[in-house]
Amino acid sequence: MQNKNERRREQILRISGVNPLKCMRCGKCSATCPSYDEMEYHPHEFVYMVETGDLEPLIHSTSIYQCLSCMACVERCPRGVEPGKLIEALRLTVIREKDANHMTADTIPAVIDDETPQQAIVSALRKYTK
Amino acid sequence: MKVSYYPGCTLRNKARDLDIWARRSAEALGVELCELEDWQCCGGVFVAARDEIATKLSSVRALAQARDRGQPLVTVCSACHNVIKRTNQTLRTDADFAAKVHNYMAQDPNPIAPYTGETEVYHYLELLRDVVGFDRVRAAVKHPLTGKKIAAYYGCLLLRPGKVMRMDDPENPRVMEDFIRALGAEPVVYPARNECCGGYVVLENAQSAEKRSRTVSASAAGHGAEMIVTACPLCKYNLVKSGSELPVVYFTELLAEALGVKEESYAE
Ligand code: SF4
Ligand code: SF4
Repeated sequence: MQNKNERRREQILRISGVNPLKCMRCGKCSATCPSYDEMEYHPHEFVYMVETGDLEPLIHSTSIYQCLSCMACVERCPRGVEPGKLIEALRLTVIREKDANHMTADTIPAVIDDETPQQAIVSALRKYTK
Repeated sequence: MKVSYYPGCTLRNKARDLDIWARRSAEALGVELCELEDWQCCGGVFVAARDEIATKLSSVRALAQARDRGQPLVTVCSACHNVIKRTNQTLRTDADFAAKVHNYMAQDPNPIAPYTGETEVYHYLELLRDVVGFDRVRAAVKHPLTGKKIAAYYGCLLLRPGKVMRMDDPENPRVMEDFIRALGAEPVVYPARNECCGGYVVLENAQSAEKRSRTVSASAAGHGAEMIVTACPLCKYNLVKSGSELPVVYFTELLAEALGVKEESYAE
C-alpha cells in the first residue's frame, strides 16, 4: 500500500512537472479558483497533500473532477507552483486505472442538449477518460 | 496574403457562425484563409501532463502542414487556439516530448519531416492586430457600430497560461477592446472578463458552470454593456444556457457586420 502511494506520488510529480516544495502556502491559488465552492479540497491543499504524500483523501474526492483547467491558479501563483497541473496529474493517475473512466460515451446523451457544442463533449471526454 | 486556416470541429457544426463570418471578413480584408487538408479535432482542451503524447498529435499534424506550406497557422476558436499553441510551445521547449512525438509520427502512412515548433500560430484577433493592423480594419469598416456598448469576454483560453499564449497581458488585456474600438463601438471593461465560464464542467456539474457563467454575464451587465462578444463556442453556450440577460455574439459576426459583408447570402 505504502509503495503504491509512493509510486503514485512520484508519477504525479513527474508528469505534472510541479515541485510542491516551492509553495509558501499563501493560499492565493485557492482564493482565485472559480471552483473553490465546489471543492472539498482546494488547490493549496492539493499542493500540500501531494507534498506530504497524503493522497488517499484526494483520490476519492469529487474535487478532482471540479477543476475547470482555467489556469487562474497557474497564472496567479506568486511562486510558479502551477497547482492546476498538479490536480490534473492526480486525476490522470486515478482515471488511468482499470475501469476508472469518470465519464463514458453512454453517459453523454443525458447531459447534452441540442445546442451543446462539440467542443464541450470532446473536452469533457479528454479530461474525464483515458 | 495567404495563411493556413484550422477551423476545428465545432466551427463546422454548432458554431458555423464563428467560421463563416471569419472567412467573409478575411476576404474583405485581403487575407486568404487556406483551410488545412484533412485536419483532425484538436481534442478541445490541452492536457498538460508531460506523458500525454497521442492526444496532441492532431495539433502536430496541423502545425507541420502549415510549416510545409510556408504559412502561419490561424485559428478562430479559443479552444483550438489554446491547444495548438500550447502543443507548439511544448515542442519548442521539451526535447523529450518532441522525440516521442517524432516516434509516433514516423508510423503515419506518409510520415512528415520532424516538426519542432517552427510554425507561427496566430489567433484571428492576433492576425487582425499584428498582421492586418487595427488601423486597416478601421479603414475598412462600412457600418461603424457607433454607440454600441460591448463587453469583450476573454474567458480563460485566450490568455492563459500567459507565458505560452503571449497574446496579451493576461490580467489586463486590451486586444478585444481595441478590436471593438476599431469597429466604432465602445468597449466595456468589467472585472469578470478573464474569468472562466465553467467550460466542460457543464457536463459534470451543470450548477457549477451556471454559477460561473452568471457571474460573468452579471458583471458585464452591471458595468453597462449591451452585448457580450466571445471567440469561444463553449463560453457562448454556457453564458446563454445560464440565462445571460445580454445577447452573446461571436466577434467575427460583429466584424462582418461592421465590414458590411454580413448582408450577403449565407451559402458557401
Ligand atoms: S498560490 Fe502558489 S505559493 Fe500560494 S499556496 Fe497556492 S501553490 Fe502555494
Ligand atoms: S485550474 Fe482548476 S484549480 Fe486552478 S484555478 Fe482553475 S479551476 Fe481552480
